[in-house]
Amino acid sequence: MTDVLETPATAGPEPEVRDRADVRRQIKLVVVLALVLLAEVWFKLAIDDPTVYQLFKGPRTKENQPVEFDGTLVSWIAVALTAIALLLAIVNRFPRGVPGVLVAVAVGVGFYGAFLMWAYADPTGTFSPAMTNPIPGTIRIATALVFGALAGVLCERAGVINIAIEGQFIAGAFFGSVFSSFAVVSIASIPLFWCPVFGLLGGVLAGVGVSAMLAFFALRYHVDQVVVGVVLVAFGYGITSFLLGQIPDDREDQFNNPGLLEAVDIPGLVDIPYIGEALFGQNLLVYIAYFSVPLVWFLLFQTRWGLRVRSVGEHPKAADTVGIDVNRTKWQAVLLGGVFAGLGGASFTLSTGAFDKEMTAGLGFISLAAVIMGRWHPLYAGFAALTFGFLRNLKDQLSILDDKVPGDLLSALPYLATIIAVAGFVGRVRAPAADGQHYVKSD
Amino acid sequence: MTAMSPAPEAIVPEPDADKPEVRDLRSWLPTVRDTLLAILLALAVGAFLIAISDDEVIEAIGNLFTYPGSFFIYAGDILRYSGQAIWEAYSALVDGAVGSGSSLQRTLERSAPLICAGLAVTIAFRAGLFNIGATGQMLVGALAAGYVGFTYDLPPGVHLVAAVTAGVLAGALWGGIVGVLKAQTGAHEVITTIMLNQVARFTVLYFLAKDAFQRPGSDNLLSPAVADNATYPTLFGLHLGIPLALVAAVGVWWLLERSRLGFEMRAVGANPDASRTAGMSISKVYISTMAIAGLLSGLAVTMILLGLQQSVTDQVVGSVGFDAITVALLGRATPLGTVLAGLLFGALSAGGLGMQTSAGVPPELIQVVQALIVLFVAAPALIRGLARIRRRKKTATAEPKGAAA
Repeated sequence: MTDVLETPATAGPEPEVRDRADVRRQIKLVVVLALVLLAEVWFKLAIDDPTVYQLFKGPRTKENQPVEFDGTLVSWIAVALTAIALLLAIVNRFPRGVPGVLVAVAVGVGFYGAFLMWAYADPTGTFSPAMTNPIPGTIRIATALVFGALAGVLCERAGVINIAIEGQFIAGAFFGSVFSSFAVVSIASIPLFWCPVFGLLGGVLAGVGVSAMLAFFALRYHVDQVVVGVVLVAFGYGITSFLLGQIPDDREDQFNNPGLLEAVDIPGLVDIPYIGEALFGQNLLVYIAYFSVPLVWFLLFQTRWGLRVRSVGEHPKAADTVGIDVNRTKWQAVLLGGVFAGLGGASFTLSTGAFDKEMTAGLGFISLAAVIMGRWHPLYAGFAALTFGFLRNLKDQLSILDDKVPGDLLSALPYLATIIAVAGFVGRVRAPAADGQHYVKSD
Repeated sequence: MTAMSPAPEAIVPEPDADKPEVRDLRSWLPTVRDTLLAILLALAVGAFLIAISDDEVIEAIGNLFTYPGSFFIYAGDILRYSGQAIWEAYSALVDGAVGSGSSLQRTLERSAPLICAGLAVTIAFRAGLFNIGATGQMLVGALAAGYVGFTYDLPPGVHLVAAVTAGVLAGALWGGIVGVLKAQTGAHEVITTIMLNQVARFTVLYFLAKDAFQRPGSDNLLSPAVADNATYPTLFGLHLGIPLALVAAVGVWWLLERSRLGFEMRAVGANPDASRTAGMSISKVYISTMAIAGLLSGLAVTMILLGLQQSVTDQVVGSVGFDAITVALLGRATPLGTVLAGLLFGALSAGGLGMQTSAGVPPELIQVVQALIVLFVAAPALIRGLARIRRRKKTATAEPKGAAA
C-alpha cells in the first residue's frame, strides 16, 4: 500500500508540464528566428564588395561627406545575435516580459543592419548611394500616424469604431493650411511664429467637426458606425477637393500657402550626436505628439474619466447601471479623438507645405492598422505607428536602390503585418467588447 | 470584433411586421420616400455649397457686411446670384447626365461598373459581411484581365472571354482570401479588406514596374493598351459590358432569392449561430460569398478596362470601388436597388463632368452629394425629423442592436 503513495517521490525530477499555448509560442519563435537567420546569412553571402557609405550625421554638405566603412562586421554581429536568440528559443529559454522584448528588438535592429549592408553593398557605377539617418524621416511620417492612432484608440475604447481617421486627416490638413495661410496674410496681429499654431487650431476644429458628424450619426441616429466612417472618408475627400477647387488662383496665398511650423531646438538634448537633432530639433507638433501618447495613456488608465470610457466600451449596460451616462461619455471620447486626429491632419500641411488633393494617401488607414497592431492601447499603438512610419520611411530611403529592393512590396508590409495580426498568427488581438454597438437605455 | 459588421437588417428594410407575407408595393413606399428625401436633402446641401462658392454671391455677402444699411439690396443680390449659380450648375448636371445621346451613353458606361461592384458589396451584405475590398479586388482583376488582354494574341471572342475570365478569377481569388481568413481565423473582414486594398495597390505598382507590363516607349507606370479582340464589342454605341451588368444583377437576384446557396447566405447573415445549428457550414458560406463578391468586382473592372479601352494603371479603378459601397448602401442591399442606385450614381458622375465643363463647378461636389445621400439614407429618423413627417405608428425607427448585448 505504501509504495503506491511513494511513487511520485521516487519518480525523479518532476516532468515538465507545458500547456499547448507555450509549445505553440516556442514553435513560432523558432520558425521566425530561423527564417530571420537564413535571410541574414543570405544577405551576407550575397555581398561581393562589403564597402558601404554612411551619412548618419545630418544632410550632405561640403564638410559632411559620406563615410566609407566595411559592412562585414555588422552582418556577422546580426547573424550572431539571431543565432543566440534561436538557440535560446530551441532550448525554450527565450526570456519573457521586458527582457524578451529587448532581445526581440536587438534581433530586429540586427536584421535591419544586415539588410542595409546587403542593400547598399556592391555599389554600381560612379554614384554610390549612402545610408542616411532613418530617424528624421521616421519622425516626420510617424507624427501623423501617432496622432491618428491615438484618435482611434480613444474612440474604440469608448466603443465607437472610427474608420474615419482618414477623413479627419484630410479635413485637418486642409483647414490647417487655410487657417495658417489666413493668419499669415490677413491677421496682422499674430506674429509670424504663431501663424502655423493658429493653423493647428484650424486642424483641430476640422478634426473635431468630423468627429462630431461621426458621433451625431452613430450615437444620435444609430447609423452603423462602419458605414458612417466609410462615408465620412468619401465626404472628407470630396469636400476638401471641392473647396480647394474653389480657391481662385490669384488668392492662393490667402488660403493655401500656409506658414510652416518652425523647428524648435530643445537645449541640451539637441546636441546628442546622431539622434539629438532628429528627435529634439523638431517642430512643435512633434513635441505635442511625444507628449500626447503618455497623456492618452494617463487619461485612459489613471483617471476616473478613463475608467468610465473603458467601461462604456466594454460593457455599456453595466456602466449605465452604475450611473454613467453612456452616450455622453462616448461623445466626449470621440470629440477628444477628433482633437488628436485633427492635429495629425494638420501635420500634413503645417510641416511640409500647401494642401493638395487626397494628400493623406491612405495614411489614416495605416493609423487604423496601428490601433489594431497596438491592441487598442495608446503606448503600443504609438509604438506601432512609429514602426509603420519607419517602414514607410525605409521605403522612401531605399527608392534609389529600386533594382535591388522592391519598394512597392516593402510599402505593403504594414498592411500585411496587420492582416497577419488580426488573423491571429502572432497572438490574437481583441477589440473592446462593445466596439461598434449602439447603446440605447431601456426604459 | 463581430460587432463591426453591420447586420443586414440594419440596411435591408424589413417588411411590415403586421403583414409579413404580403408583397405589397405600398410597404416599400416609406423606403422610397425616405430615399427620395435623402437625395433631395443632399442636393440642397450641394446647392448651398455651390451658392457660397459663387464669386458674385461672395461679393454680395462682402457688400452686405460692408454696407449693412442697404441690407435688402444686397440680400436680394445674394438670393438672385445664388439662384442663378444653382440653376446653372444643376441644369448642367441634368444635361450632362441625360441631356443628349452621348451624355446618356456616358451615364450608362459609368453605371455599369458601379452596378457590378455594388452587387459585390450587396451580396456580401446579405451574408452579414461588409466588403470594403471592392477596390482591391478590382485592382487585381484589372492586372489579370489586362495582362491577358495585351500579352496574348487570340481570335476575337476567345480573347475577350479569356481576358474577362482572368479578371474575374483574380478578383474571386482576392475576395476569397478574405473569406478564408474570416472562416478559418475569425479575422474581421472590414480590417482585412481595407488592408488588402492597399496591398493590391502596391502589388499593381510592383507589376507595372516590370517589363512585361510596361508600355513600350513610356516611362510612366502604364501598361500597353489591350488588344482589340479583347475589348467588349459595341452595339448602338454601347459596349456589351452594360447589358452584362444587368445580367449580373439578375444572376445575383436569382442566387440570393432562388438558390440554395443564397438561402444559406441570407440565413448566415441573419443569424450565424442558428445557421450553424441548422447544419449549414458557415465557413463554406463565408468563403463562397467573398469569392463571388470578388468575382463581381473583377467583372466590374473589365467594364472599365475592356469596355472603355483603358490601360492598367494604379488609378484604373478610380473611386468606383469606394462608390460601390455607397451604391450598395443606397440600394439597401437588394439587386434591384443596387441597379437603380448604380444608375443614379452613374448619372451623377457623368453629370458632374458636364457641370465642370459648362458651369465651372468642381466635379468633387458630386462626391460630397453622394456621401451625403448615403448618410441621410442611413439615418431615416433624421430625414423624417427634418421633413417633419409624422409616423402613423409608434415603432422605433432605428432598432437598437447593441441594447441586448
